[in-house]
Amino acid sequence: MDASRRLDGNAAAGLLREIFCWEMTSAAVTCGNCGATNAVGALIIYASPMGTVLRCPACEQPLVRVVRTSNDYWLDISGARCIQVTPDTAAT
Amino acid sequence: MSQPMVSRGFRGRQRSVEANLPPGQYLTNDFPVLSAGPTPRTQLAKWDFTIVGTTLVQPKRWTWDEFQALPRVTIQADIHCVTRWSKLGTRWEGVALDTLLARVQHQARFVIAYCDGGYSTNLPLNEVLGGKAWVVDSYEGAPLAPEHGGPARLLVPHRYFWKSTKWVRGLELSVDDRPGFWESLGYHNDGDPWREQRYQGD
Ligand SMILES: [Zn+2]
Repeated sequence: MDASRRLDGNAAAGLLREIFCWEMTSAAVTCGNCGATNAVGALIIYASPMGTVLRCPACEQPLVRVVRTSNDYWLDISGARCIQVTPDTAAT
Repeated sequence: MSQPMVSRGFRGRQRSVEANLPPGQYLTNDFPVLSAGPTPRTQLAKWDFTIVGTTLVQPKRWTWDEFQALPRVTIQADIHCVTRWSKLGTRWEGVALDTLLARVQHQARFVIAYCDGGYSTNLPLNEVLGGKAWVVDSYEGAPLAPEHGGPARLLVPHRYFWKSTKWVRGLELSVDDRPGFWESLGYHNDGDPWREQRYQGD
């Protein structure tokens, strides 16, 4: 039996909220280009007035790109193969 | 409402500067550097400029020396950054996209400029032909510095300056439009400063 289920948009947003409300500094990001895994705090960060780009310290590939527009955050994580987040249980 | 006490001359100057500034922009005499990554430093011996595309009869490639031998023009232009600074009367030298694109046969409608450092930007062909866009390698009479996009960058002054991508290495001629580095991350696909098209939906 297929244990997966379709989530509606609100449920998916709740899921993302669960992920990104944690302290992200120690989250481990795996580079989609070279496979190196580093904590967010160890990535090379370029904070330009146009947007922030988090790059792999091994190969400089953009892993996470964030732009704050007038109304929204735009988040591109297509350069990362995987992001591992450990819930901060002490905060709950 | 009280008017501030200013001289007629001062107000006149203000008006003439503001007439050259798109909405929401301020004037700067600096040349701010925006970096979303390390500055590529491609040696001229390894530099080339290519035009590719699926509809191209024959792709085109110029070495640095061949590129220097193409017909050159000087351009004086006002530039407008989406982060709100504008700089008036900047002087550049380079090769018009008309000159480059006249040397290839194609059936494309869009240009995607690709660059060292992984950057790209997209423009409709009719926005870069007719003396509206250049590949420039000189700024204010000197070789273009790496932090400003040297050895060569795109110059499309009638669009926000992110579309004048630094470190340009070639053009892909495409039948379909394809958003570039910033256009795929919330910035406006057209980026016309006079219509204040900063972000998608503006
Ligand atoms: Zn990497």
